[in-house]
Amino acid sequence: MNIPDVVPGARILSFGGYQPDHVVTNDDLAATIDTNDEWIRSRVGIVSRRIAGPSETVEDMAVQAGGKALAGSGLSPADVDLVIVATCSTEVPIPNAAAQVAHRLGIEAPGAFDLNAACAGFCYALGVAEAAVRGGTARNVLVIGSEKMTAWVDWTDRSTCIIFADGAGAAVVGPSDEPGIGPVVWGSAGDLVEKITIADRRSFLRQDGQAVFRWATTAIHPIAQEACERAGVKVDELAAFVPHQANLRIIEAIARKLGIPREKVADDIVHAGNTSSASIPLALARMAERGELVSGSQVLLAGFGAGLCYAAQVITVP
Amino acid sequence: MTEQEILEGLGEIVEEIAGVPAADVTPAKSFVDDLDIDSLAMVEIAVAAQDKFGVEIPDDQLKDLSTVQDVVNFVVKHTES
Repeated sequence: MNIPDVVPGARILSFGGYQPDHVVTNDDLAATIDTNDEWIRSRVGIVSRRIAGPSETVEDMAVQAGGKALAGSGLSPADVDLVIVATCSTEVPIPNAAAQVAHRLGIEAPGAFDLNAACAGFCYALGVAEAAVRGGTARNVLVIGSEKMTAWVDWTDRSTCIIFADGAGAAVVGPSDEPGIGPVVWGSAGDLVEKITIADRRSFLRQDGQAVFRWATTAIHPIAQEACERAGVKVDELAAFVPHQANLRIIEAIARKLGIPREKVADDIVHAGNTSSASIPLALARMAERGELVSGSQVLLAGFGAGLCYAAQVITVP
Repeated sequence: MTEQEILEGLGEIVEEIAGVPAADVTPAKSFVDDLDIDSLAMVEIAVAAQDKFGVEIPDDQLKDLSTVQDVVNFVVKHTES
């Protein structure tokens, strides 16, 4: 049996991000539910978030972010032969998002699948893309995290509707002589499955916020630490830490436990809210756009959420 | 571990997590009303207390621990058992 030649490494070539136009502030929320700006800022660190229009879909947002990443990579659609959309919020399970998104971007006949690891989805998808490129089964992979979380949120539940938001982020992964994506450290805690759920197709997302907070502030920093060790990168060598933008308090607690100074930690949540699998690539795209990421420097990613699923890896900035 | 040692250890934890000076963490103080510590910070304090004292404080019992003395008592009780 023949197998493809192994490629020495995979790296990220570019990022792309997209947020819907409609901005919702804390005061906007306070007009309809019993909450206030000060409470939301202090508990979750969010000032405003973006919400997709009624007809705007996970696929629409994925096309926007994916198109930007593709343009930034300098590749043509014909160079991409695998498209992965990490999402947990599509309106329907069939058809999948990835094949539609690929078609709309002019990528012909790629492998295309959706990946559901909730808020850890982008890190999972990046791990799969890295393996596909390095294993020689794909030349270049378009990885997208896209979520319309607000479609699954109960707008009368003030413990969740203040947190979740919509958006998409993407990265193009291609081959390289020097590895630019470290080993993914991934796993799950299925014993805690009931902490974040959508009970059935007529229900909304519910989470046990305090239990998830406890889990995220105790279980994630060792995973992130392990991702650094397996990549051979010391924590103090990291240029930035981009964790899933779940809640600023969780982000700061994880960073403190890792010993990463606050100024190196992404806080995109402040104006993006929690966009699940989109939050990490959306933050990366914005940081890249603002020139906050130095090419060749190393950044730690860590996703965690429903499942409960988690994944972390170190990447090199394109 | 004496009650005084637990109190001092708790003071260090509260200072690190909530920025409240350890000296202000005295037995009669209420976390919410006197030290301005909210429910999420209490979870962080509980986790740090577990690391420091080896006593797990579950979420469902955490809500009943309103004063510094309550936490000290909880740790004393569960260290003995």
